[in-house]
Amino acid sequence: MQSAYQMVVIGAGPAGMAAAQTAARQGVEVAVIDEQPHPGGQIYRNVNASPLADIDLLGKDYVFGRQLVQGFEYAHLDYFANSGVWFLDRAGELGIVQDGVHRRVSAQRIVIACGAQERAMPFPGWDKAGVMTAGAAQILMKSAAMVPSEAPVLAGNGPLLLLLAWQYLRAGVRLRAIVDTAQSANRWPALRYFPQAIAASDYLFKGLKLVSAIRRARVPWFREASDLRALGEERLSALHFTCRGKPQHIDTTLLLLHQGVIPALQIAAAAGCETRWNSLQQCWQPQVDDWGQSSVDSVFVAGDAAGIGGARAAWLGGQLAGLQLAHQLGLIDAVKRDKLAQPIRKARARHLAIRPFLDTWYRVAESSLVPGDETLACRCEEVSVGEIRTLAAMGCTGPNQAKAFTRCGMGPCQGRFCGSTVEQVFASETAASPQQIGRFNTRPPLKPVTLGQIAGIAHNEQR
Amino acid sequence: MPLQSRQNYDTLIVGGGLVGAAVACGIAATGAGVAVLDGGDRDFRASRGNFGLVWVQGKGADFPAYARLSGVAARQWADFSAELEDATGIDVGLQQTGGYDFCLTGDEWQQREWEMRQVALHTGGEFEYQMLDAAELRQRIPEVSGEVLGASYSAADGHVNPLYLLRALHQRMHDLGVNYAPGQVVQASRRHNDEYVVSTLQQDYRAAKLVFCAGLSNQRLCRDLDMHIPVQPLRGQLLITDRVPVFLPAATLQVRQTREGTLQIGDSHEDVGLDESTTLDVITRLAQRAVRIFPHLAAVRVNRAWGALRVMTPDGVPIYHQSAEHPGAYAISCHSGVTLAALHAREIANWICSGAQDSLIAPFSAERFNV
Amino acid sequence: MFKILGDTGEHLVVELDGDEVTVPAGVSVAAALLYLDRIPTRHSVVNGLPRAPYCMMGVCFECLIEVDGVVDQRACQLQVRAGQRLRRQLATSKVESA
Ligand SMILES: Cc1cc2nc3c(=O)[nH]c(=O)nc-3n(C[C@H](O)[C@H](O)[C@H](O)COP(=O)(O)OP(=O)(O)OC[C@H]3O[C@@H](n4cnc5c(N)ncnc54)[C@H](O)[C@@H]3O)c2cc1C
Ligand code: FES
Repeated sequence: MQSAYQMVVIGAGPAGMAAAQTAARQGVEVAVIDEQPHPGGQIYRNVNASPLADIDLLGKDYVFGRQLVQGFEYAHLDYFANSGVWFLDRAGELGIVQDGVHRRVSAQRIVIACGAQERAMPFPGWDKAGVMTAGAAQILMKSAAMVPSEAPVLAGNGPLLLLLAWQYLRAGVRLRAIVDTAQSANRWPALRYFPQAIAASDYLFKGLKLVSAIRRARVPWFREASDLRALGEERLSALHFTCRGKPQHIDTTLLLLHQGVIPALQIAAAAGCETRWNSLQQCWQPQVDDWGQSSVDSVFVAGDAAGIGGARAAWLGGQLAGLQLAHQLGLIDAVKRDKLAQPIRKARARHLAIRPFLDTWYRVAESSLVPGDETLACRCEEVSVGEIRTLAAMGCTGPNQAKAFTRCGMGPCQGRFCGSTVEQVFASETAASPQQIGRFNTRPPLKPVTLGQIAGIAHNEQR
Repeated sequence: MPLQSRQNYDTLIVGGGLVGAAVACGIAATGAGVAVLDGGDRDFRASRGNFGLVWVQGKGADFPAYARLSGVAARQWADFSAELEDATGIDVGLQQTGGYDFCLTGDEWQQREWEMRQVALHTGGEFEYQMLDAAELRQRIPEVSGEVLGASYSAADGHVNPLYLLRALHQRMHDLGVNYAPGQVVQASRRHNDEYVVSTLQQDYRAAKLVFCAGLSNQRLCRDLDMHIPVQPLRGQLLITDRVPVFLPAATLQVRQTREGTLQIGDSHEDVGLDESTTLDVITRLAQRAVRIFPHLAAVRVNRAWGALRVMTPDGVPIYHQSAEHPGAYAISCHSGVTLAALHAREIANWICSGAQDSLIAPFSAERFNV
Repeated sequence: MFKILGDTGEHLVVELDGDEVTVPAGVSVAAALLYLDRIPTRHSVVNGLPRAPYCMMGVCFECLIEVDGVVDQRACQLQVRAGQRLRRQLATSKVESA
């Protein structure tokens, strides 16, 4: 690893691979840093290093990633796997832990392409051993060819949940039930966006294909489920919920949850990028222009990290960032940039056209974002929603004061899973919008690092 | 946020950090009607970023009154924390089992020894200390490395969880009926006959007495009432680690182990203006110093790093100031809001309630800068 | 809890809680624990609640485990290696779960 690069890309998912490749092709000196052992990001995880005998099992969209990863592997750039960015500042200083060794790199420009994370789905018992995210289940399939040995329950809302169900069925996994928390009341408002969604009709057809495959397999499908509660002592034993007014009980040792993904905001926030609340997608996102440039001039954010748009839009968005950076670094003029960008923009717009429809159809219910008092908001420090609610009602400046008072968000995950719950509780208690409430300050380290690793920096430099 | 419609108070306090909250508790305990106007969630808040030390060692080496004041404040801590816990059920985690300040060089040792002697002198021997050489130090803390030459030690020192302290003070304010109003960013204040009027973006508040405890904003806010309060930011960066088994018997100025087992590592002193950010250089230096003193900590994971702005006066000594032109208008500015918390809730609150002079407090008027 | 599709790949031996166990090669430590059905994988430090891997992508820190004497490693971000010494961070005295 050199000590300085023109451009450092954080994340080797579709957005990061595209930004890096595009800029490198124009002659920019690029380094790509990623925590995983292989390029591909969340969606194309292990696509060229799959343990699966038959990767078609995961569907065409996954296999599509093969060519992207191949192109990336041949590009003229430095790629560092197993490397986590734990520190960065607006001056372009990065602290990186690569295979346990600390490195310090400075970058003229940074592209943050660190993707999305699962939105928390808090309800009583969501912390029990045996409750996992649907994304985790997919990671097990992609990176370890592992599927449940007993029929799992899938609960929540959103396309990924259905995709997982479909992939499991193809792999011969039986499903105990789908506990669907989607609200039929969202359907009318979603239809407003239907005409524009037609432009991306392939997504609609894919969705229909998933739904009919699941129907054909006769998986018990509980719609409009609410009041979820996971039971069990040392590990999960059952799920309780209400469906159309009737209490339901399903014995299970594995519960897979999903209610959408949200941008992983930590790195952009640490870089000082301004963020805003996206009320359609119910999450925060960094403010970026049509090239992905953030409020901090030297920092770009691309792909899902800049707002949820899916893998194809991420790939195209990464290309736009790469072009603009090549231009800003003096390698291509504006005319060439715009000429290359034009078809990319057009394709990207088509992939994004489906979003408002999906975001509205799968809008998460208020009761799922602002759970009852006994639910754990913060799994790390075990702080209940009730404690946060009491503080908000007593008068408290906001999430950061609540964090100081309760340790909520101070555990090792640094508020990645409780942040949204805390904001939502404040918003509902004080009748304000999350934008007015604000969010947790982000603190380094962004990835785990030890005192010794940090202290070793100067050690390296002295030599 | 719930806001009572009432806008007339006996005392208005601007700022709800450790200083404002402690003073508010003390004044409200006398039965006075108090409101605390507090700013936004992401304002500069030293109360949420500090090191949590109750520290006397070396304070006031060249300001005798401050040496005495710090001693008085630290001696009240045990009783104050018991009182707080009784009233609120919140244990602020006071451990007043002494404090060490490590010396890594001979120069540090000499400087330290001089400071200790001065403080002892100023307090007529009330402040007691020891200079420990390397062997003596390792007898008490075996994990200390061979690079450490020794340490100063004082039994008067200790530490608390500063966040629980802030929370306990807020709970106490609430229970005493203080109207705590968050999100009220004060724009201006003026005197109107016998009353002070304070305007926030949302509304006006009125009170007979007005106390500014607004940290770094005191400089600007106090000007409205002709008080010159020269405070400046001084950044400190700190690290906190994941929990490790307890090994530190007492606080140290470089590393303190909280009751949960986490280690707080501090803290830098940087004159960088209103910039709270963290830097790789300083984090690196803090980590290096920590493992230089305690090599066994190299494998410990860092949980968080942050920067916070200290509220510094030109001489590093607190300001307890009553306006000469506008009686009833006060300014309180200090760096050591944890160490001085009991004093603020007691002596300072009494001073404001009674309006009387007090020989312990008088030397801290901001007049000292007008020479 | 989890099985390998067409389990024909390589395996290796690691030490888990003092016992030698066989796990698939090339997977994360967290995947290996799920394969062995050894959950919970830890008890929380705050109230001793039983926990197991949750996100598998390095975000939640629920999968913390002791590896070769170093505690609090994210099992989902570490690959299994032959001879690795793994120890689940379980409460020694059993805690009543909430
Ligand atoms: C759990 C999960 C499952 C999903 N499953 C599907 C699916 O099946 N189908 C679908 O269409 N969409 C899915 N999505 C959405 C899809 O993954 C995104 O649309 C797409 O991956 C976005 O691409 P990206 O390049 O923006 O980010 P990503 O693909 O997430 O890539 C980001 C990369 O950055 C790395 N990284 C992050 N932080 C650091 C750091 N500090 N240092 C170093 N590296 C870092 C990560 O390891 C990762 O490799 C899923 C999302 C999630 C979170
Ligand atoms: S399972 Fe979430 S960090 Fe490993």
